[in-house]
Formats: sequence, structure tokens, C-alpha cells
Amino acid sequence: MAVLTEEQSMLRDAAKSWVQEKSPVTAFRKMRDSGAELGYDVAAWNEMAEMGWAGVIVPEEYGGSDFGYLSLGLVLEELGRTLTASPLLASGLAGASALILGGSDEQKQAWLPKIADGSAVVALAVDEGPHHRPEKVEATVSGGKLSGKKVFVLEGMAADVFVVSATEGGKVELYLVKADDAGVTRTKLSLADSRGAANVVFNGAAAEKLTGGAALLDKVLDRARAGLSAEMLGAALQAFEITLDYLKTRVQFGQVIGSFQALQHRAAKMFTELELSRSAVEAALSAIDNDAPDTAELVSLAKAKMGDTFHLVSNEMVQMHGGIGMTDAHDAGFYLKRARAAEAAFGNQAFHRDRYAKIQGY
Amino acid sequence: MADFGGTDLDTFRKEVREWVEANFPASLKGKPNPMAREERGSEPSADQEAWRKAVGAKGWGTPTWPKEYGGGGLSGAEARIVQGEIARAGAYNPIGGMGVMMFGPTLLEYGTDAQKQEHIPPICRGEIAWCQGFSEPGAGSDLAALSTKAEDKGDHFEINGSKIWTSGAQWADWCFCLVRTDTSKKHEGISFVLFTMHQPGVEVRPIPLIAGSSPFCETFFTNARAEKKDLVGPLNGGWTIAKRLLQHERSGLTGAGGGLGSGGKPIEVLAKEYVGLDDAGRLADSDLRTRLVTNAMNMRAFQQTAVRAMVEAKGNASPSSATSIMKNAGTQLIQERHEMALEIMGHQGLGWDGDDFSADELAAVRGWLFGKAFTIFGGSQEVQSNIVSKRILGLPDLTQAK
Repeated sequence: MAVLTEEQSMLRDAAKSWVQEKSPVTAFRKMRDSGAELGYDVAAWNEMAEMGWAGVIVPEEYGGSDFGYLSLGLVLEELGRTLTASPLLASGLAGASALILGGSDEQKQAWLPKIADGSAVVALAVDEGPHHRPEKVEATVSGGKLSGKKVFVLEGMAADVFVVSATEGGKVELYLVKADDAGVTRTKLSLADSRGAANVVFNGAAAEKLTGGAALLDKVLDRARAGLSAEMLGAALQAFEITLDYLKTRVQFGQVIGSFQALQHRAAKMFTELELSRSAVEAALSAIDNDAPDTAELVSLAKAKMGDTFHLVSNEMVQMHGGIGMTDAHDAGFYLKRARAAEAAFGNQAFHRDRYAKIQGY
Repeated sequence: MADFGGTDLDTFRKEVREWVEANFPASLKGKPNPMAREERGSEPSADQEAWRKAVGAKGWGTPTWPKEYGGGGLSGAEARIVQGEIARAGAYNPIGGMGVMMFGPTLLEYGTDAQKQEHIPPICRGEIAWCQGFSEPGAGSDLAALSTKAEDKGDHFEINGSKIWTSGAQWADWCFCLVRTDTSKKHEGISFVLFTMHQPGVEVRPIPLIAGSSPFCETFFTNARAEKKDLVGPLNGGWTIAKRLLQHERSGLTGAGGGLGSGGKPIEVLAKEYVGLDDAGRLADSDLRTRLVTNAMNMRAFQQTAVRAMVEAKGNASPSSATSIMKNAGTQLIQERHEMALEIMGHQGLGWDGDDFSADELAAVRGWLFGKAFTIFGGSQEVQSNIVSKRILGLPDLTQAK
């Protein structure tokens, strides 16, 4: 755990106690069982917004607290522990970043205060196929109208406005498109991890350009990747701790199974990977806060490392729990499903290893 | 980070800079530290001796150790300034070895005042080389099974038995040694004694390794003598001290995780030279590329963790739990790099000696072989995993690994 300022410690402690009281994994289970339309509990999201979490990175003049990405990462980590579903990552982090970095004063004024108080949800619509290939954009803009299809748009059903990648005259740009535009059609996706997502078709929808082109897209994605990595860190830590408890309580052959060295060393391996992952995630968030020149590679490192670790821990969670881990009544399956969805979002491990190697010149 | 600034430190920095300029012999600038050499056949030069004595007299080779025992008596911030200024001048710290890395810190914690007065100042002056008598042929990972015996002979202990992997025993003046003083108990029958290596009952034989010559030795004791005053801690209370010393050793060994030891070129550069890039600018061997970048990223995360552990140790109240994973994580990554260096060089990475191979190529082979020791010495990978399982994760201890 990084050395925190007093404000950051308070923010983390507030998130920790809210999550334990108001949003344990049973809350996620309830949300899933109810088939919630948006993929999250609206009342819980409102509480989070009231505590100011949706505005952590938003400048004070637009109603936020301007605490930075490392601070928002602390909240996401705590939410990740209990798989709390909310638009915080899509809207309070990715959407807010697009507007902070690429919005005009008017665009900021129109959306940032609403993002910060949770009254509007902004969603990032960039992917067009089964894999994250942000540089491959077929959606186009002509005469201020955007057309194309975007898939796996996180919080796509809840969105009031989309940040959409499209080309105009062959050049990649980001655009704001309102969800209630007559040219927007969205289809709810039912995903294994029960989170909210949609496929969205744009058919001549009115589009407002943000400033920054492909470089802006890159920066916004890197912020989303780092934030998602923080959420994954929390989920992986919780999955590991639940598993470790099980190793200390499950008895077979007259002893707790955690006394077997074959399992002990696998547990030590997971702990090692979690420590390395925490370093990578915190370094990526700090790099964003400091606008460091090597931010892109540090973010790819964090997302790839965290993806590998969450993959490992979620598999071991099921395996070490044995039969009970295969049942829907146990939480292990939730972590396993969330792991794969989070790994795939904004570039999986292969994507980020390739990107890291390219940046290193090989 | 309050202790990095301030006018007092600026004044101190100026003093140190002037002192280094006045005392560091120009002939040694940029030269390797003779402490680091494995082969010590030649006598140190007059300039090397002068520099060792100058730093030793200031206590700046052991900057944070207490002044009363010959250390520098400096704060952490001041010590970093001394290290920084020595590096800035192209100089090196001539005071090192096991006395500085492991034994000194342990004796400062557990020794009597008389023991510290006798043994610490020569370490600070770089006059005495120490070796570590821990592992035995029958006591490796299970170190507490050691059987080298020390018998009470009234005014002294008589020592019989043998040690193995005693690094630098052939150059050492003194040995800090674990001996059995009670055969009826395991951990509680071990004592920690000191004795001179320059006595008739001590015989040292260097061990050639798979990589060639090495600093490791077998050491035999036949009625060797340790004085009663050189028992550290209580009789049969040596295991606690040994565990503390091993912590110092392991924290030193993880620092070795940064280098490759194959001639200095990073393997990413070697890969570009030997394997080449394709038209898209990617390494032509895509299988190697994936493994190489995975290792490079893990290495970066390892370095980030080293930094994080240091910052946390300074900023948070409790020590960082990250420290416990460092030896296994670092040594495994460095071994992977050695393996890849060989693979990248192909047939040229298999040379043993001769003009058909470059210095880099020959060093890669020796480095690969010697690197196999990293996951064995200082507590094997398996023992480290036992320690994490027990101490950090709180899982049951069935092996008594300490």
C-alpha cells in the first residue's frame, strides 16, 4: 500500500466501511438475481455519488474534488473487493477524463458537474469487434452526424451521453453523442459477469467533437485501464483472502488443507504476484497524476500484470475450494467471471504485452 | 520526504564533496571496486590502500553505524549524501563484505559492549574479512540440523565438524559460526561463536562449480578453538541470532536481482542483434518476443516493488510485507533472463572459452550456470515459500523453516 496523505486515508477508510456495510458480495448477488436493467443498484450508486466519489478526479470549479487518479484508485480497489457494480469507472473515471482532457469550456460546464454529482452517466464507446483494437475505427462522422456500430460499451444502457471514437476525413477523433438522439439504438447485453453493457448503433446521430484526436483516445483509454486495474486489484485480493481463509478452515485427512505444502506454495505464489501487481497498479495511477512521460508503458504493465494475477487467483479460488467452488451458491464463480470480463476490457494481457514491447522498440 | 532538504544537509553535502575530492586518488577514478573481485591474488595498490584507510577512518563505509564503534554515526539522509557524493566522484565504497552486510549489523544488535568494541571497528576500517559458517553437508535447507560440535573446555570451546558453501573462506580472517552445544535439542541446542581462521585446526578447500572456479569453499574444523568471550548471545541461544543474520543476508541478495552478469548488455538489445526485427518492427521470433516482454514487465514490477517497499518502510509505521517476496521474485526473473540470453545467442551462446566467442557470449554461459545458485543459496526458493506461507499468510508450519 502506497504511503497516503491524510485525505487519501480518509477517502479509503470511508470507501472500506461503506463497502462492508452497504455493499457486501450479497448485494451483488441480489442485484444479479433481480436481473437489474442497468447492471447496478441505482440506490447504491446514488449513495456513492453523494459521498463525492463520482467527482474525485473532476476539477473543483466543475463540482469535483480534484483528488487525482491514485485517490480514485483507492475507492475502486475497495469497490472491487466485493464486486460492487456501478458506473464509477465508466463515467466518473473514463467519461470524466475525456471531458477534462478534451472538452471545451462549454462541454465541461455541460457535463462535468452532472458527472460529479452522479446525475449523468457518460460511457466510452470505442470497440467495434470481439477484441480491443482502438486504432481500428470504422465509425465515421460527416457533417456533424456520426454513424457506425460500437460493441461491449460498459454502462451502455445507463449512459446519458456517449464518448465515441470515429473518423472524420480519415483522422480518428472522439465525439460526444447524446443517448436520447433519434439516431442512437442500444441493445442490452447479458454478460457472464452480470455487469451493465450494451451494443450501440449510431445512425446519423448528432456528434460534438472533443479536441485531441487519437492522442486523446489513447490518454482516455490509459486512464480507464489504470482505474480498472485498481478495481481488479481489490477483487483479486479479496478472492485470495477468501481462499486463504478456506485453506485454514477446511479439514481433510484430519488436518486443515492449508497444512499441505503443495497448497502453501501456490498460496505464496499468489501472494507474490499480488504484491508485484499492487506496485504496478499504484505506479500507473501515480504516473497519470504526475503526467509522467512513460505513462503509457506503465499503464500497459499494470493492466497486463493485474490481468495475469487476477486470472491466476480466480482460477485457484475455484480449484482450492473444490466442489463448493463450482456451485452458484458460492462467491468463487463471481470472481472468476468478473476476472475474465475485466481482463478483456480495454485490452487483454496479450494486447498490453504487445504494446509494451513496441514502446521498448522490439 | 522532509529529511531530503534543509540547509544543514546542504552544508553537509558540501563538506562531503570537498572531502572526497581531497582524498579520493585520481588514479582510481571509474575503476572497479577491488572488494567486488572474486580473485584476490594481487596485493592492493598503494592508492587503493590509502582510499580504504581514509574512508575507514571517517567511518563512512558504514555510515549509519554508531560512532563509538568506528561507524559514521550519520542519519539515513546524511548516509545517502555520502553514498551519492562517492558515486558522483567516480569513486567506490572500499568497505564491504560479509562483515558489513551481515555480521556487523547482527553483532551491533546482539553483541556485548566488549564484543562490539573488539570486532566492529576493524570492520569499519576494512581490515578484517569475515566468512559465514552456517551450511553443512547434512544441513542445507534444514539449517537447524547442523552437527558441527563445540565442546566446553573450560576457558574455550573446541570445535569439530565441517561447513560447506563458506563463501570467501580462503580469504577470510575470522568466521562467525553456528555450532551445536546441546545434542538433545534441535533449534535450542545451537550457539553462535566467533573464531579466527588463522589457526591450525582450520582447513579450507575451494569448490569448483558447474560454472568453473568459485568463491565457495568446504571448511573443516579439527579441534579448532573459539574463546569463551567470543560466544555471541546466550549458550544455546544462537538460532535467534542466526535468523536475524539471515534476514540481513536475504535483503542483500535481492539487490542482486537487477543485473544480468552476462557482460552488461540488456537481453532486449542482444535479442535485436542476434534475432533481428521483422518489417513491423517486432522481434522476428514471436515466441521469444512474448517471453522476453513478459519477463521485462515482471522485472519492472519487481523494481517498482523494491521502491515501494523502501518508501513504505520509511513512511508507514509497520514494515512492508512486500519485502518477503523479493528474493524469490527477483532470483527467478534473473534466471529466466540468463536462460533467454543463451537462447538468443544460439550456438554462439554455448562457448566455454577461446577466440571463437565474444566476451559477452562467454560471460552469458558462465552467468547462466552460476545463476542456478541464486534460487538455492541464502534460503532456497522452497524455503522462502515456506517462510511466506507461515509468517505472512499464517498457514500451519510443518517444516519448522525459520
